[in-house]
Formats: sequence, structure tokens, C-alpha cells
Amino acid sequence: MSAFSSSALKAKSAAGATDNQLVPAMDKSALRLPNDRWKPLEIVFWLLPVASYFLFPDYLVLISQIMIVGLFALSLDLILGYAGIVSLGHAAFFGLGAYTAGLLSVHGWGEPISGLLAAGVVAGIAGLIVSFLVVRGQDLARLMVTLGIGLMLFEAANKAAFITGGVDGLSGMAMSNLFGVFEFDLFGKTAFWYSFGVLFILFVLMRRLVNSPFGMSLRGIREGGRRMPAIGAHVDRRLKAIFTVAAVIAGMAGALLAQTTQFVGLDVLGFPRSAELLIMLVLGGTGRLYGALIGAAVFMVAQDKISGLDPAYWQFYIGLFLVLIVLFARGGIMGGAEKIIARFKRKEAA
Amino acid sequence: MIGNFVGVLFDGIAYGSLLFLISVGLSVTMGLMNFINLAHGAFAMVGGYVCVTVLQKMGMPFLATLPLAFIAAAVIGLVLERTLYRQLYQATHLDQVLFSIGLTFMAVAGATFLFGPTQQPVNLPDWLRGQVHVLGLDLGAYRLFLIAVVVLVTLGLYLLIERTRFGAQIRASVDNQTAAAGLGINVSRVFSLTFALGSGLAGLGGGLGIDVLGLDPSFPVKYMVYFLLVVAVGGAGSIKGPLIAALILGVFDVAGKYYVPEVGAFVIYTLMVVLLILFPFGLVRRKA
Repeated sequence: MSAFSSSALKAKSAAGATDNQLVPAMDKSALRLPNDRWKPLEIVFWLLPVASYFLFPDYLVLISQIMIVGLFALSLDLILGYAGIVSLGHAAFFGLGAYTAGLLSVHGWGEPISGLLAAGVVAGIAGLIVSFLVVRGQDLARLMVTLGIGLMLFEAANKAAFITGGVDGLSGMAMSNLFGVFEFDLFGKTAFWYSFGVLFILFVLMRRLVNSPFGMSLRGIREGGRRMPAIGAHVDRRLKAIFTVAAVIAGMAGALLAQTTQFVGLDVLGFPRSAELLIMLVLGGTGRLYGALIGAAVFMVAQDKISGLDPAYWQFYIGLFLVLIVLFARGGIMGGAEKIIARFKRKEAA
Repeated sequence: MIGNFVGVLFDGIAYGSLLFLISVGLSVTMGLMNFINLAHGAFAMVGGYVCVTVLQKMGMPFLATLPLAFIAAAVIGLVLERTLYRQLYQATHLDQVLFSIGLTFMAVAGATFLFGPTQQPVNLPDWLRGQVHVLGLDLGAYRLFLIAVVVLVTLGLYLLIERTRFGAQIRASVDNQTAAAGLGINVSRVFSLTFALGSGLAGLGGGLGIDVLGLDPSFPVKYMVYFLLVVAVGGAGSIKGPLIAALILGVFDVAGKYYVPEVGAFVIYTLMVVLLILFPFGLVRRKA
């Protein structure tokens, strides 16, 4: 649909080219919304998980996890990369979603899709409430509020062991078949396609969202929040909206994790999860959507390979890596790739 | 019951003054350089490990280890400020957060590598153990000592900042960097020395706090929230704000854990969120 509307726009602008002679060509492209058409590279990117299903049948569980964490990182990218809100407690919504889906299933409601939606609703309501606190104050206060709410939920889940299972985690989830047909099998085949489908659908929606006028206004707020009211944008309301959307998506990612692993551990709410999420996003590159997915993939594969050696070393290297990224490689993998591509293009032009 | 309450209050004040000692450096660096430093707890941990090592390996008396903890943390702080931190003063808060999380992770992994993942024991001298009878109340000797040290340090800090030339330079730089530099104050040097002082105080707090807070490699992560909380609630850039905030938080945390252990740390986080909603810019707002 988006491809259609953008091509329609193009046709219209070609037809009306003579009417718009007064507006210089440069300004017109700057005023227009970003081209929403899918680039070939993006299509290739989305074929990768499909290919990996056939190429690495032994790693289906890891790939599903990467897609789930990637979805979670995407939700953080919406608020951090686009709206510029630094959150240290995003795991709160992930955990809420995971526990919602987990508890529904433990208490006999094993239908996955409705569980997923319920998780999104619960996390979204929490996100809406938290967003009122987040828009007050500046970076430090935001950081503290998100961190504090994350820790509060962790403590709550820890203390309410009679509901959540506490430190032992929530087990005994029984999922019914996806669409009533596909059973969640031991090899993780159904889990793979389920995660892939949810990730792709939500990605398409998010991609549409960030390229819409609303998404552009978020970038405006990130770049200069004080000036946005001057062009008629209600800053607080927009920030609340995107924070809520991000919470919904984080909740759905949490639900996916709970449903595909059929277990919810207390660590879904922990501070390390929020911090690692931030690392993945920065590693991949913020404000690009694809950065979140690439960052999650690189991080999870590296963790799978390295942390087996020694968890303490792994933490040391993440720390070192973060410091180096901040000092020398702003923009992460995607930022670096864009710089290289830009250099090539300049050479071609010269 | 009343005696009980006074005991909780006393423990809370001791705990709060320790939090203040560790966090005051963070408050000043945040106010002075507008730098969100999540790695502040790592400096406290350095002090703690220096204390333990010197105490056990070299058999020095406990009191003599405390200045060493201060000096070690201050030197490390000075070196890191000169080499790394200062490159990020102009960076976004996100960069600062990521950088300091990275430092924290490295400190945690480094401490695990050097000292192992277990809690470090500390052998206090006899005169600091047990209880002291004051006005019919049994008060922990070590906690009394702790409060006394923090009172002395706070007085010293107050005199330093209000009565000395260097203190005037700090105040001037906090209020307006550009104007201060224009008046011939070497703002960059003030930054470095203040950072070193703040790290040193954190190190001192870490050494003093082993008996109260414990000491293991996860220390910087475990207490990060508390230190940030003191500064965020108290208001960055002042001394009075964090002092009030630290005492409030200390008393509420101890009282919460004593009277309602089943909700545990919930009390402190709720208090924090409520305080941040009521005072989004801190209890004591610095004059612009």
C-alpha cells in the first residue's frame, strides 16, 4: 500500500511539474516525506532469516531469539533513536509482556495470538502511565524514572513469588497450537516462523510510522525539542504516543519470548537486559530501524560464541567495546556502513 | 518500640551519611560538567578493594587504610578524567551513559578477575566493634564512627568550597563556565581536581562502607541506583541537596527493610519515583 501511494505521488508530481516551477527542485525534495518504497537491499535483508532457516537448521532457537530481541531493540529505537528519550528501564515493558503471556498460558489460556495481543495491551497501558512521568524533566530525571520503574517491577516480580514464581521463574506454560494447526515443536520450527511473522508485520508498521509526518516530528523533537512548539507540534503528546507504542512492541517481544521458550525467568525484568539492549542498539546504529536488528544479531551471535569461554571476560569486552564505540565509532555498524557507501558514491561522482 | 524507632533512625542516618559521602562527588561532577557518570560506584569499589588488600596483605591498621583508599581512587579518577572523561563533556547524555556503563562493566569484570566473585571480609579493630551506650540507647560503635567521619568530611568540604580560593573557583565554574574562564580561572584544571576529589571521596566511602554495604565485584551496579538517586533527588551541583536526599533515602531504606521486609527495596524505589515527580529538578535547585 505504501509503495502504491508513493508511486502515485511520483506520477502526480511528474504531471504537475510544470505547475510547480516556482518551487526550486532542491527545496521540493527536502520538503517531501522520505521515499517509503522498499529498496532491493531491504528485501534481501528480509530474505536472510528465511535462508538461514534452511541453511542453519541446528540454530533455529538462536535465530528465533535474535529475532525476538531484535524486535525488542526496535521498540527502543523508536523512543531512543527517533524521539531521543534515553531509557534505562525498557525491560520493564518486555517483562510485563512476558509475564502477561506466561500467566495467561499457565492459567489455561494458551492461544498464542490473543496472548500476544493481551501482552501488548498490558505493556501499552503501563507505557502510557509511565510516559506521563517521562515527559517531565530532562535526561537525568528520565533516566532515573525509567531505571526506577524497571527496578520497582523487578522487585515486585521477585517478591510476588506466589504469582510469578519469583527467582525460580514461571514454568508450566502450556501453549496451544498456532492458528489451531501448528504445534510448538521441540526443534523450534513453529517458534521460528511465528517470531519471524510477528517481527515482520510489526516492522512494516514501524517503518511506516517513522516515515510518516508523525515520525518526522519525532526527529524534530530529538534535534530541537524547544523549537517544535513553534511549528505547532505538541511535544509532550507526541512523546507520550511514541513511548506507549514502544511499550506495546516491547511487551509483544516479551510475550514472544515467553511463548516460544514456554518459560519466564525473573531476568526478563532485570537491569542487565535494559543495559544490553541499549548496547545492541548502539552497536547496530540508532535511528535506522535496521541498526536495531543488525545490532541484536551481532551481539547475540558474539555472546553465543564468546560467553561460553568465560562470562567475566565477556562483560569486560562489552565494556571495552562500548567505550571504543562512544569514543571512535559513533553511529555503530550502520553508521560506519553508510559512511563507506557515501565515500564510494563521492568517488563515483568525482 | 520508641527505642526501636530511634535505633532504626540512627542506622538510617549512618547509612544515609555513607551514601552522601560516596555520592557528593557525583553531584559536583554532574553539576559542574553536566556529565552523567554511571561509573561513579566503580571508584567507591576501588577504595573498598584498596582498603581490604592493604588491611589483609600488609596488616596496616584500619584507620591508616582509609587515606590510601582516598588517594588511590582520586589518582585513578584524575587519570581517567584527563584521558577519557574530558573528551565527552560536550557529547550527548546518551554517549556519556554508554561510556560510563562500559567503564562500569570493565570495572566489574576486572574486579572479578583480580579478587574473585565473593564478598570481601573486613576485620574492624576492637574499638569499632560492638555497642556503645548513649543516653540509655545501644548504638553500633562503627555506625557512630561513620557518622563522625562524614560530619568531619562535610565540614571540611563546606570550608573548602565556601572559604578557600579553590572553592570560589569551583562555585564560579558551576555557575557559569564561560564567564569563569573569561575571568582567568583555569576551568579545565578545576574540572580535573574536582573530579579527582569526588572520586577520592567515593573511594573513602567505599572503604568505610565495606562493613555496611558489603564489597563484591557487582558493587558498582548494585548501588548505582542509590548514588544516582541521591543526586537526582537532591539536585546536581550542590552539597546541601544530596545531603538531605541521602539522609531521607537512608532512613526510609532502613525503615522499609526493618518494618516491612516483605516489600523490601520497593519502598525506596517508590519514594524515588514520587520525589522525582514532585521535584523533577531536585530538592535544592541550583541558582541559574
